[in-house]
Amino acid sequence: MDLDFTAAEDAFRAEARAWLTAHVPDVPLPSLETEEGFAAHREWERTLSADRWSVVSWPEEYGGRGASILRWLIFEEEYYAAGAPGRVSQNGINLLAPTLFEHGTDEQRARILPSMASGEVIWAQAWSEPESGSDLASLRSTAERTDGGWLLHGQKTWSSRAAFADRAFGLFRSGRDDTNTAKPHQGLTYLMFPLDADGVTVRPIGRLDGKPAFAELFLDDVFVPDEDVIGAPGQGWRVAMSTAGNERGLTLRSPGRFTAAAERLTALWRETADPSDTALRDRVADAVIAARAYRLSAYAGASRLAAGGSIGAESSLNKVFWSELDIALHETALDLLGPYGELADAAEDAPAHGGWAEGHTFSLAGPIYAGTNEIQRDIIAERLLGLPKGRR
Amino acid sequence: MRFLLDEEQREFARSLDSMLTASDTPAAARAWAAGESAPGRALWSRLAEAGVFALAVPERHDGLGPLPVELAVAFTELGRHAVPGPLVETVAAAALLDRLDDAAATAWLPQIASGKAVVSLCVPAAGSPYALDPDAADAVLVVEGDTVRRAETAGPVQPSADPARRLARPLGGAVLAQGPAVTAATAHATEVAALATAAQSLGLGRALLDRTVRYVKQRTQFGVAIGSFQAVKHRLADTLLALEFAEPLLHSAALALAEGAGHSAAEVAAAKVTAGEAAHAAARTALQLHGAVGYTEELDLALWIRKARPLRDAWGTPAACRARVLAS
Repeated sequence: MDLDFTAAEDAFRAEARAWLTAHVPDVPLPSLETEEGFAAHREWERTLSADRWSVVSWPEEYGGRGASILRWLIFEEEYYAAGAPGRVSQNGINLLAPTLFEHGTDEQRARILPSMASGEVIWAQAWSEPESGSDLASLRSTAERTDGGWLLHGQKTWSSRAAFADRAFGLFRSGRDDTNTAKPHQGLTYLMFPLDADGVTVRPIGRLDGKPAFAELFLDDVFVPDEDVIGAPGQGWRVAMSTAGNERGLTLRSPGRFTAAAERLTALWRETADPSDTALRDRVADAVIAARAYRLSAYAGASRLAAGGSIGAESSLNKVFWSELDIALHETALDLLGPYGELADAAEDAPAHGGWAEGHTFSLAGPIYAGTNEIQRDIIAERLLGLPKGRR
Repeated sequence: MRFLLDEEQREFARSLDSMLTASDTPAAARAWAAGESAPGRALWSRLAEAGVFALAVPERHDGLGPLPVELAVAFTELGRHAVPGPLVETVAAAALLDRLDDAAATAWLPQIASGKAVVSLCVPAAGSPYALDPDAADAVLVVEGDTVRRAETAGPVQPSADPARRLARPLGGAVLAQGPAVTAATAHATEVAALATAAQSLGLGRALLDRTVRYVKQRTQFGVAIGSFQAVKHRLADTLLALEFAEPLLHSAALALAEGAGHSAAEVAAAKVTAGEAAHAAARTALQLHGAVGYTEELDLALWIRKARPLRDAWGTPAACRARVLAS
């Protein structure tokens, strides 16, 4: 048992650090949830991709470096330590790409992945519907067979990034309507479609932080060619669940993000805290410890995968853990900032430490998206502890 | 990097687990609480045969160690089975004597490795003026300032919230060692004690979770197993979550101790507070989900429940651990 990096891994870390030092913008980009910021972040994706840093774990033929999970973890540590911009392409990279690697065709991979890696095409997700949130399999939007493809009807909502993105992917009911039977997971198909196609109406929704970060999609006879179906028609649930596994696993929120945030929190505490306030000190310590635990747990997960193991329902443990850690980090920072904690990042008087207010609001979404923490706890209890299914 | 226990370490854990499962540790713990140490000493000998104490003793004194990772593996199993006795104190005393490497080390370390000597250790500056189980120990070492003495006797047993922990103040005795070496050796020994206690807590928490999961699957109310209720499931999910994320901290701390890394104190403290809090929360959950039957002395579960809180505080309270994490 060891926690040692090889000389090659150390060299990889040094190369990433040097590149980031040279390229990370000195002035933070505008929020990626605004039109201006979205464009700036798309440009940043192009910069990353030009030197093959946008998708390090992908094979080289699609713009990656064929990096191991451990190297991906190293890259992410360096990325967040460098204070690099948020990733506007993350829905595509973390959710769609793993599905294409597992269930897509060579043609689809060759057509879709390079433009995703470069930021030329930014992807949005289209899972939830007004009546289908945690109970995703009850979804009602349909894909109807037509010559050479499918016609989409229905409504999707809480579609992250859809206000400014180029294309979307999601699940549609293509078979008999089984929503009221015991088998709602059957007859679903996984499809991709352009957000500027005929019949698509995008209505941005202001988020809790006021930014139009997600949107409602109204779909009225939207044509999707057969080549944009992933996996077999009717098998969409199984195809999508491999994505959900990835989303809840390591890739959605890398430990590097929290390691960096814990470092910033510790620095803030050393600068601002009253040493006699042991209650706050304890919370800082807990956040630091939890960030470390998450990082070590990722190393253990990467070691398990390298040894031929797999990560299944364990990814639900990660989801609950990082989402609660993220809130704890930000709540503690706001408490350290006292009266300045409530100032929006845009405020003239906002603390130079920056980002905590906006980050705090965003952290509150963590226990909701990517499968609510209630659903994750059900999964943990049923699949990892073997408890019987109940009525919820 | 291979941050996983290897096959040999996992096999060691499995063999200790099966040996202890077959040993009726609850009966030994109940006897120990009543002041009858014979079953506990018999168990101690079997643990020594399995090599547990030799892990803290160097080869030149007939041991196999120091092997902190294996020690963490072993103590996780000792906690899982609620084994009574000054287990932590004995291996911490071994770490102390090993660093002093004097006549006392030569006298005691081979005895510790072979299981012939049960040793308690009291370091008031590390938190507690009491020695654990001095009445059942062959020697009680006390460190005050830069002096180690072997206590001559101990005061009356002060009943603990965990009856299997028999606490008493060590009294009198002759000086065994003195000087700056004692200070450094004690710092190391308290880290070993904290690591072993953290491992015990982790195992204790795992046992509490396993027993409670079994119980809620078979206990029926309102016509269904109570384990199908979301309120029950989510508490158990949180229990597993806390234990799962304590484990890598424990293993990383053991590695840091094995390497003699400068950051080992902070790592051990992080593991100690996290495993201690996780086991304490597991005990609360186990009690709540067992309901009234969990609140009885006769159910063996009580042996685990009552140990969780003392282990959380022994060899480093949560507050002391948190302060140490930020001190580095």
